[in-house]
Amino acid sequence: MPRRFLSLWLPYLLTDRQVIRQPELRDRAFVFADKQRGRMTISAASIPAVSLDIRPGMAVADARALQPELLVLPYKPGREEKLLQGLADWCLCYTPVVVIDAPDGLVLEISGCPHLWGGEKPYLESLISTLQAKGYQGKAAIADTIASAWAMARYGGQSIIPPAQQREALLSLPPASLRLESQTLDRMEKLGFTQIGQFIDIPTPTLRRRFGEATLQRLGQALGSAHETLDPILPKEPYLERLPCLEPVRTAPGIKIALEELLKTICQRLTKEKKGMRKGIFRGHRLDGKVEEVSIGTHMPSHHPEHLLRLFELKIPLIEPDLGIELFELEALLVEKISETQESLWHSAGDDVTALAELLDKMAGKMGAQTIHRYLPQEQHWPEHSIREAVSLEDKPSTDWDSQRPRPLHLLASPERIDVMVPLPDYPPLHFRYRGEILRVAKADGPERIEQEWWLQSGPPRDYYVIEDENGKRYWLFRLGIYGKEDPKWFIHGFFA
Amino acid sequence: MKTLADKNEAIRQLKAKIMELEGFSSSPKLPADSLGLGAFESAFPGGSFPLGTVHEFISLHPADAASTNGFISGLLASLVRQGGFCLWVSNRRSIFPPGLKRFGIAPERVIFIDLKKEKDVLWAMELGLKCSSLSAVVGELQELSFTESQRLQLAVEQSKVTGLLHRHHPKYQHALACTTRWKIVSLGSHLPEGMPGVGFPTWQVSLLKVRNGRPGEWKMEWKEGRFQPFAPRESRKQVHLSREQHYA
Repeated sequence: MPRRFLSLWLPYLLTDRQVIRQPELRDRAFVFADKQRGRMTISAASIPAVSLDIRPGMAVADARALQPELLVLPYKPGREEKLLQGLADWCLCYTPVVVIDAPDGLVLEISGCPHLWGGEKPYLESLISTLQAKGYQGKAAIADTIASAWAMARYGGQSIIPPAQQREALLSLPPASLRLESQTLDRMEKLGFTQIGQFIDIPTPTLRRRFGEATLQRLGQALGSAHETLDPILPKEPYLERLPCLEPVRTAPGIKIALEELLKTICQRLTKEKKGMRKGIFRGHRLDGKVEEVSIGTHMPSHHPEHLLRLFELKIPLIEPDLGIELFELEALLVEKISETQESLWHSAGDDVTALAELLDKMAGKMGAQTIHRYLPQEQHWPEHSIREAVSLEDKPSTDWDSQRPRPLHLLASPERIDVMVPLPDYPPLHFRYRGEILRVAKADGPERIEQEWWLQSGPPRDYYVIEDENGKRYWLFRLGIYGKEDPKWFIHGFFA
Repeated sequence: MKTLADKNEAIRQLKAKIMELEGFSSSPKLPADSLGLGAFESAFPGGSFPLGTVHEFISLHPADAASTNGFISGLLASLVRQGGFCLWVSNRRSIFPPGLKRFGIAPERVIFIDLKKEKDVLWAMELGLKCSSLSAVVGELQELSFTESQRLQLAVEQSKVTGLLHRHHPKYQHALACTTRWKIVSLGSHLPEGMPGVGFPTWQVSLLKVRNGRPGEWKMEWKEGRFQPFAPRESRKQVHLSREQHYA
């Protein structure tokens, strides 16, 4: 069976994408530009800009001379690849083999596919019109070889070259359509070759001597005598399992059985790939067409069906089967790698940590994940900023806890104002009033000056004192401000054990 | 006629049997004096701090609450195994994690669960106490009923996790199904003559109730990373409560 290829050209890929995002730009001339060799150079221009003769490769200054109201947007390298990757994933609904042809095209191997659309013509039209509906201007051509399809899409207009007729089709195209190097193209122009037909019949040794091996290779690829390799994208298989039911399921035990089945199959796949579920969604398609769904999240990626079942179980009562559910779906929305190092690091504690993570998942399932906190040290002196929240159970402290300076066991959520009696500046108070009670100071330690973190906030420093009152209770007080400069204020910030 | 020694032996065996029925002997034991409680440990049944049960702590003043949490952290330091985690469930958390370091417990080993309702605190505590991979669960709340304390006790009997229940300013000090009831009050610290500053954390530790043990009252301080009897000048004398208060 002869192979057939479709080459898709998206000349306005970047600007089309921008118009989809900002429809108000549809009729405006705008360009993407970035600095190249010290000047702003256009890398992509919108259709209205091109109609004003502004083309990629021009300097922005020249373009501004043509069109003073030109809108210049910053160009980020690598954007095209990302967009093409997305489009390539979408093109998988047309054929299983899609190749990214950077910077502005895709190649689809369509052998054996077009008959599903009723032939190559409707196939091509369907692809182009769907792309147009999405907002992308595209041109495509179908041929026996990638190179000839590429050439036809870009230089010959939208067309289908019938099988084994690429030679005839190529005759009238310019040499640039063969993807030759610019040096070779210059030489051809000098020699007066403006069409492929003018040199296609020159004997091979002469062509090789004149234009090099690469030209022959390209020509061979276009005609089908040389091979061209394909590097198709791998379709991502979603972590999705389905379970259709013969009879609609209406009871909680029935739903649980379906869930168990689905979890078993999805966990088998996750275990094989050494991955675990972080976020999962369980859907039930009801007889009346409505979809019931519940979702869960976990603290550590997990592929234990029992644990995941326990998490989902809490939510089963939220599902309303009504007339019955005929199709169950389980999808892992967020999947993460389970690190093997983690298990070896914990040694015997490995099971403990898993059991603990499962316990925390259960709590988060009922109370919400925001109730669970674990703290790690942070290299900052301001007491409120000296800790940070741990992201996961495996998160390890990056610095040591500071045990040199006294830190209270209890810290008030925000410091409370107190009235004090101070004998001398820079001395701890003699007594202070807290919650209507006068407390006489028996012992004091300090001050420990903590300066504001000027890169975060500005203000006077805090001078901290450890205070013990007559009853033996210990407090952490601070003075905000310096005597003489401003009127200092006193606060209580914590309690020592 | 049985000799006195025989009788004593019979009584000892019976006591051991009773202890077993009450769920004491089967609980894991710490090596003697690993908590550094010293003379204190003789107050407990079997002469060692009971693990795998629930202990109740009462505090009446915010500064005493800090002292109580300090004492609890001191206990946790020996309870939490190397590389293990403990749970700190609370509806009024004011613990500042860096402050825990002083009591010998790595703050990153503590997982805080901050909840709003006391009912939720009890639920989370019970769930935590059932998880045998934890070493200890600390709960901070105000009130709980006898039935609720029984639930906690039932949870630990399976898993052998130690529960430490800190009640802030409780309205009633009624009987609970906890093994012990403690009250920690902060004491003025002691410094050598003429030294400035504030000394080590010092507490008046009252063991108000203990099942099958002898309640007592001690003064101790947290020094050099462990509990030490506080004896600035007076001798280390143990004050025993009267017999009547024993089963109060």
